[in-house]
Amino acid sequence: MHLHKYEKIWLVFGMASLVLFLLIIGFAAFWKGTHPQSHMETIDPQNVEAHDAFKPENLGIREVADGKYIVNIVASAFNYDFGKDTEGNANKTIRVPKGSTVLYQITTKDVVHGFQVAGTNVNMMVEPGHISRYEAVMKNVGEFTIVCNEYCGIGHHQMYGTVEVYE
Amino acid sequence: MGKGNSKQHQPNSNESTHNLKGTFIAVMLLGVFILVSWFGFYALFLSR
Amino acid sequence: MTKVQLPLSKKESRLYMAFMWVTYISLFVGGLMGLLQTLVRSGKYTLPFNIDYYTILTVHGVILGLVLTTFFIIGFQFSLMGKTVGISDKQLKVAWLSFWVMLVGTIMAAITILVGEASVLYTFYAPLRAHPAFYIGLALVIVGSWIAAFVNFRQLYVWKKAHKGEKSPLPAFMVIINMLMWFIATIGVATSVLVLFIPWSLGYAETINVLLSRTLFWYFGHPLVYFWLLPAYMAWYVVIPKIIGGKLFSDALARMAFILLLMFSIPVGFHHQLTEPGIDPTWKFIQVVLTFMVVIPSLMTAFSIFATFETTGRRKGFKSLFGWFKKLPWKDVRFLAPFIGMAAFIPGGAGGIVNASHQMNALVHNTIWITGHFHLTAATTVVLTFFGITYWLVPHLTGRRLTPRLNKLGIIQTFIWTFGMTIMSGSMHIQGLLGGPRRSSFSEYAGGEQVATWINYQIAQAVGGTILFIGILLMVYIFIQLTFFAPRGVQEYPIAVEEDDAEPTPKILENWYLWIGITIALILFAYTIPVIDIIKHSPPGSPPFDWLIGR
Ligand SMILES: [Cu+2]
Ligand SMILES: [Cu+2]
Repeated sequence: MHLHKYEKIWLVFGMASLVLFLLIIGFAAFWKGTHPQSHMETIDPQNVEAHDAFKPENLGIREVADGKYIVNIVASAFNYDFGKDTEGNANKTIRVPKGSTVLYQITTKDVVHGFQVAGTNVNMMVEPGHISRYEAVMKNVGEFTIVCNEYCGIGHHQMYGTVEVYE
Repeated sequence: MGKGNSKQHQPNSNESTHNLKGTFIAVMLLGVFILVSWFGFYALFLSR
Repeated sequence: MTKVQLPLSKKESRLYMAFMWVTYISLFVGGLMGLLQTLVRSGKYTLPFNIDYYTILTVHGVILGLVLTTFFIIGFQFSLMGKTVGISDKQLKVAWLSFWVMLVGTIMAAITILVGEASVLYTFYAPLRAHPAFYIGLALVIVGSWIAAFVNFRQLYVWKKAHKGEKSPLPAFMVIINMLMWFIATIGVATSVLVLFIPWSLGYAETINVLLSRTLFWYFGHPLVYFWLLPAYMAWYVVIPKIIGGKLFSDALARMAFILLLMFSIPVGFHHQLTEPGIDPTWKFIQVVLTFMVVIPSLMTAFSIFATFETTGRRKGFKSLFGWFKKLPWKDVRFLAPFIGMAAFIPGGAGGIVNASHQMNALVHNTIWITGHFHLTAATTVVLTFFGITYWLVPHLTGRRLTPRLNKLGIIQTFIWTFGMTIMSGSMHIQGLLGGPRRSSFSEYAGGEQVATWINYQIAQAVGGTILFIGILLMVYIFIQLTFFAPRGVQEYPIAVEEDDAEPTPKILENWYLWIGITIALILFAYTIPVIDIIKHSPPGSPPFDWLIGR
């Protein structure tokens, strides 16, 4: 099979670009640990409270060390449960200072949901029987909408929350 | 459209089929576009 | 070389036209649903009669993504086979069977969706449970397409036996590649439907393994998009050169590109599941690498297209560096529509590489960027090429002509499409980068600045969607004109031939055992261990949920 000289150069250039991309994301993934969310732990979707993180009293945000937070969430159609505030009202807003490291842990009691803190890299699928977990440094100040970005039924667009990153 | 005719033109046609300078520039521009856009989005990803 | 085109008999033309009819009815119905979606999402319009947004979303996805594409592709491919290797009476009968099985399945699924019993989108979404008729209908569509595939295999086999030692005609070769890929890929979704969904939807199985069902779906979901793209590539490789008055750039390279597409389109489904739990990230990365391999045949295709343009132009005597480009037949819609499709594939393909870039996927996953992405690749690249084929295929089949007036309307249609899609897909891309979700009805969420920005882009999408719907009406009008009213005459079926002094194509390119063997080996490599993992470490299964989709 005959390849024109220019086509050879083009294909070498194209493949080299692809290899370069793969080296960059591969280095970031395997050496820096920035894989996409791929948590392997399973859970009984009909009994998520059996897991410590998803007991009603443990839901919502908790500071575990200086500048380090854990947010536990239970998703169900069509709501994110971030726990209750001191007056017993459902929490809808997570507040963290800029630069803090936040570990989001989430599971679902029913169907597949999404969990995205829009405008950040926190973006994961939430599937029954699995725990999704992603740690992110909240670099930028602002109000970020949490959206369910995976279809979960007729109320899908009513599933949301807010992350507020303050100075 | 006879065979003889096409043979007569062969050197000429060979030359023209092998001049692919425009093609080369076009695909390289395409390649540069892919590179630039990929790095742009990667930078956006890192900034978030 | 026997490169004479075979005439298409009236009988076969009727079959190919039947597929075109379903295509254009689907375009109208699915397009209308798309228009309604963009209007709802603008926040300024509510659907009448209590119709649910997700019902029309499901109709839109199933009718355009599955029905329109599959019918057009199978019809067009049958015509390519008929033109180059012929079809026997018996094969024609079986081909009709495939049409009817697919149609019955389509109608079953469509009714189930329309009565609100299957608002599960076309990606299924277990453990949301649709009515069994939805799954059975889709299974029939797939079975029908398999019948078509086996007719195609048989057509080439019979031709080969009669033409010992000759290489198969290039269009037939390409059709066989596409149908092989389709067959191997749909085994995944068929397994998922038959083994997991149907027993579970009928109540025989109490629970379903959600992650396994999703993995089987996406094993099919990526080759699905290549099943759409390959017929467009067929047109670019063998039809466009003829329309611009040129010849094939390279028969061997075209075949090589298709073989690579067969091998690397399937073992890549994890790039749709990059942010899912329960799948080892190393295996995700391996499939990302394989996904990048499938870019290579597209790089080859880009070169080959430009080279065809340049060679043709230079032969006509244009000497300057880009003179050949100016002289392309811009006023011929058979060229213009597919050309814009090619141009759309540049940002479309670049975006695709971003989507598949492992952790970078989090930037765009399930945002409306993805919707914008496949409205560039599928709804522009593929669909404009299919329109470009329609302008000559339909009159060829009905014994009519593409008149200058219809050609002009086609050009206007192409511009409307390009304009509407630029607005709609462009605003989808931007809104997606700003975090706006896909598959979502209008919502103000918690309010705030971010959401207000999204809504502005959704209004832009409604403007684009409206323009596109006008384009659809015009296209349906052109289709009806070409079918019934255009003047009688002969419309050429453009298939390019090789250069007289073309190099012979290496025999190995037709070594089917070799290519199918490598394809299967790659699939086994990419999927065996992770699937065993998924099954071994599966959590308790999920019971069905009906009320969540309003059943
Ligand atoms: Cu949802
Ligand atoms: Cu894909």
